[in-house]
Amino acid sequence: MIEFIDVHKSFKVDGRDIPALNGIDLKIEAGQIFGIIGHSGAGKSTLVRHINLLEKPTRGRILIGGEDITARDAAGLREMRRGIGMIFQHFNLLSSKTVAENIAFPLRLAGTPTAKIHQRVNELIARVGLEEHARKYPAQLSGGQKQRVGIARALATGPRILLCDEATSALDPQTTQSVLQLLAEINREFNLTIVVITHEMDVIRRIGDRVAVLDAGRVVETGPVADVFLHPQHQTTQRFVREAENVDEQEEHAAFEHVPGRIIRLTFRGESTYQPVLGQVARETGVDFSILSGRIDRIKDTPYGQLTLSLTDGQPDAALQRFAAAGLTVEVLRA
Amino acid sequence: MNELFVNVDWSDIWQATQDTLLMLGGSLLFTLILGLPLGVLLFLTGPRQLLDQPAAYRVIALIVNVLRSIPFVILLIVLIPFTTWLVGTSLGVLGAIPPLVIGAAPFFARLVETALREVDRGIIEATQAMGASTRQIVFGALLPEARPGILAGATITAITLVSYTAMSGLIGGGGLGDLAIRYGYQRFQTDVMVVTVLVLIVLVQLLQMIGDKLVRHFSRR
Ligand SMILES: Nc1ncnc2c1ncn2[C@@H]1O[C@H](COP(=O)(O)OP(=O)(O)OP(=O)(O)O)[C@@H](O)[C@H]1O
Ligand SMILES: [Mg+2]
Repeated sequence: MIEFIDVHKSFKVDGRDIPALNGIDLKIEAGQIFGIIGHSGAGKSTLVRHINLLEKPTRGRILIGGEDITARDAAGLREMRRGIGMIFQHFNLLSSKTVAENIAFPLRLAGTPTAKIHQRVNELIARVGLEEHARKYPAQLSGGQKQRVGIARALATGPRILLCDEATSALDPQTTQSVLQLLAEINREFNLTIVVITHEMDVIRRIGDRVAVLDAGRVVETGPVADVFLHPQHQTTQRFVREAENVDEQEEHAAFEHVPGRIIRLTFRGESTYQPVLGQVARETGVDFSILSGRIDRIKDTPYGQLTLSLTDGQPDAALQRFAAAGLTVEVLRA
Repeated sequence: MNELFVNVDWSDIWQATQDTLLMLGGSLLFTLILGLPLGVLLFLTGPRQLLDQPAAYRVIALIVNVLRSIPFVILLIVLIPFTTWLVGTSLGVLGAIPPLVIGAAPFFARLVETALREVDRGIIEATQAMGASTRQIVFGALLPEARPGILAGATITAITLVSYTAMSGLIGGGGLGDLAIRYGYQRFQTDVMVVTVLVLIVLVQLLQMIGDKLVRHFSRR
């Protein structure tokens, strides 16, 4: 649905070209929640602002529904933007307008008849749960409530795409959770394509379907969230995952030194997470195991587990084969 | 009271106050009508703003700066032919209004520009992302968001105009300034001067109060 083909972008600063995007190729399917993660300055905002052409590419093409949007004229561009909602880290609500007026704003810009605006605004206010706050001004709301107004406003014109630039970065963990949940719900309800920009892997783990990792204006890794999260390839991705899991690699490796036997990491996904595989394999192959570290959690709706084990005695090779046969992913950390 | 202000003719004071209010009202009206679009234009054509027209910006900014750097007394005199051509006289309340407007409009335009620059860029961007045209951004987002700042600017402008009206007394503009100069200064009737100054102080206080009230009413931050 959204496709970047070799997109480059550089900014002119004091007459010099500062590159921000260096050849982005990306495909975002309709109905997905697509996460883009990267460190500060990686080019995330610049990338997402190309989808509604708030930034124009220096080179390359951007297709939406197969159409090259960079070819549109000013009027065509404005019409296209009405089909793309956007929410922001600092909400960007109009402080001079009430909640209801803020949500009505994009409809008024589009020339929607007043009666219809009224009905639609009430619908949206109810959908995001702000019935009691319709006549308040943004300054009277909490951060989470402001972002709900932002979401309602972004949905007002019935867009097919929603862009979220660090939409939860200014919110506390609990509010973040509720806003993410709202995003996941509207993704399903309206089959809305959502592009989520963040520097927190956790945001993507909770709601993302696919993820692209951005580093210095390049996509260094992309794939389904579960694959990227459980088996990160690029060093930048590995760092994000470790941050999200609170793992200190050096500490972990230091701890391994005092442990005898082979050290392996098992990854369970989906149903296998709840199967009694470990015990079965231990009994059949006579290995002894101890759990060095591990976690069981969810990636969006999929349960997963990841355990680091040491194996001693018995037939470890047979055990590894049995794990693989049971559908677990086996990585040998120390043979 | 009357012993203290022997030279004061209260009906003269009342007449002069009315003249000053008329000059102030008329010139403020046209200053706002001219200065607001000029300020918006300054903002829009400015560097990295919505229209970003460096050439246009430099021309408008130059005109504004030149008008602002001419002392108002000089402007009054230089503009006499223009004023006569425009309103048929360079004297009295009517003759005072054109130079007052030309003196104050560029000043107000700068204050408008500053107020617009205070509007969060994110709001402009969000409005743009909704598919708004530049016109819609200006009228739908920028002006409402900058309204408290613009009203504060209008208040400052109104008060500046009060002191300008007093100066226009120099060339027979009428009003309290005229009275103060003709009686208070030229005929050494200090009591007349004191009364006119007191009336001017009350006027300025009133304007500031109304302005502050309006700004507070429209501030939602
Ligand atoms: N308007 C601009 N003018 C000049 N340089 C810019 C502009 N916008 C972005 N850049 C530069 O482009 C690079 C990418 O910026 P961008 O805002 O996309 O990063 P980001 O990944 O969103 O970072 P953050 O997490 O801090 O928001 C940075 O080096 C930044 O300085
Ligand atoms: Mg950013």
